[in-house]
Amino acid sequence: MLNVQALTKKFGGFTAVSSISFDLAEGEILGLIGPNGSGKSTTFNLIAGLYAPTAGSIRFQGREIGGLSATQVCHAGIGRTFQIPRPFRKLSVIENVTLAAYYGQAGRVSEAEARRQAADALDLIGLPHARGEGIDGLGAAALKKLEMARALATQPRLLLADESLGGLDEAEMEQAADMLRMIRRERNITIIWVEHIMGVLMRVVDRVIVLDHGEIISAGLPAEVAADPKVIEVYLGSDAAEVQEHARGRDDGARR
Amino acid sequence: MQIFDIFLLEAVLNGILFGGVLALLALGLNLIFGVIDVVWICYAELMMLGMYCVFFLHKVHGLPLVAAFGAAVVLVAFLGVLLHVLVIRPVLNSEPINQLLVTGGVLTFLQAAATLAFGIDFRNLGVSMPSLAVGEISLPWSRISAALTALVAMTALYVFLKKTYLGTAIRAISQDRAIMPLMGVSPSRIYLLTSAIGGALAGLGACLLVLQYDVHPAIGLTFGPLTFMVCVLGGLGNMLGGFIAAFIFAQLIAVGGFYFHLEWGYVMAFGFFIIMMFARPQGILGAK
Repeated sequence: MLNVQALTKKFGGFTAVSSISFDLAEGEILGLIGPNGSGKSTTFNLIAGLYAPTAGSIRFQGREIGGLSATQVCHAGIGRTFQIPRPFRKLSVIENVTLAAYYGQAGRVSEAEARRQAADALDLIGLPHARGEGIDGLGAAALKKLEMARALATQPRLLLADESLGGLDEAEMEQAADMLRMIRRERNITIIWVEHIMGVLMRVVDRVIVLDHGEIISAGLPAEVAADPKVIEVYLGSDAAEVQEHARGRDDGARR
Repeated sequence: MQIFDIFLLEAVLNGILFGGVLALLALGLNLIFGVIDVVWICYAELMMLGMYCVFFLHKVHGLPLVAAFGAAVVLVAFLGVLLHVLVIRPVLNSEPINQLLVTGGVLTFLQAAATLAFGIDFRNLGVSMPSLAVGEISLPWSRISAALTALVAMTALYVFLKKTYLGTAIRAISQDRAIMPLMGVSPSRIYLLTSAIGGALAGLGACLLVLQYDVHPAIGLTFGPLTFMVCVLGGLGNMLGGFIAAFIFAQLIAVGGFYFHLEWGYVMAFGFFIIMMFARPQGILGAK
């Protein structure tokens, strides 16, 4: 579904992403991890069309999307959430999501259809909206859900989930992880997930890619990556044993 | 004593009518700033061109007034789009001071071009409307109809922004312009549309003012600073704040002018503005 080849992004003399290549199969959940500044967000922004690649290609469903605008990428079927939710604060919950449904799809969508799709997305992730609720009363977990619903309302085939667990407590993290699995199950959406909270991630994803200084230093099944000495050295450190345990103890709910 | 109060009431009513027109002018400028994050310093000069458009089409070429009004609104809407494409778009990511300077340059350019093209004569549309007399109070219909039209236009814009998807997109982009493309909304299209609406409001303002004031190349200098100050007083980009500030400003001018002298009304209004900039620099309803 997604084929990234020799993707490179330079900012002046700084190389943020250096010739990375990977493939993604339909229905997969791929974890993209690495230390701060390793190029994860840049990779997301390249795929989402917020940055144009310096070199390399990004093919999505057989079509080159590298260098398309973010609007075009959205219409092509790729949704993105942000680490820090960025809702439109003066719009209601349903307005936020309806806007995404109405404008975020390639074909023309009727207003009634957009409203229905927005309500569906909110129902799917479990955020109340029937009474035209505003944003102000929402806590961290609800804002993350809204962010997710807004991305889902654009009817993506590929979802780029940026740190969906950040700022959540343990119970909320489990719910958020379940949500990603449920989204794949219910909507057959392929997911790339950038995350710092390794324990939860390792239990959910099918495959992991580790970036460091803009390069892929390891890739494979969660248990393989968690045991990779290079990954332990640059990223996992003293948490390695615990992460390996999570990676081994993957609940089968993760796989379909 | 009795007659004194009636004149004061007349001044207050005139202030309300003027406030309506001022609110309309401020709305256009606030909309542009709120959405595109750029101040059209040359806003009143676009209005001046609209006034000339009405003058020439109606007075010189004999077009019906309503048709001339329609043409002015369309023309200034188009000028707004042109301003965005030629001047604003290239400096969209520049420092705010550069954006101010470049639209300030357009102000001087338009004024000089109008002087070259039309001369410095004060031109009067020559449409005389009767006054509405209630007891001893007399209010010109030109002012009443201008205020009512402004009110209708503002309501229409409010409904458009609140009830339509396009309007919702405009409100959304004014809150976070970076994230809109990820919702599939192209900001550049929204900017064009907003520029057209802002221009159309300036064009409508031109129609309302040309009924009451002579048009000349420097007319923008009367209404430009006033409009800008109303916007700042209300909180730049805050449409409701601008609406309230317009009526406060208009009352200061009208009632101040009544008690002292017309020019003193402006002095009081601008003095109030300066004090408010110390007391509440973010504006009446400004956020920060």
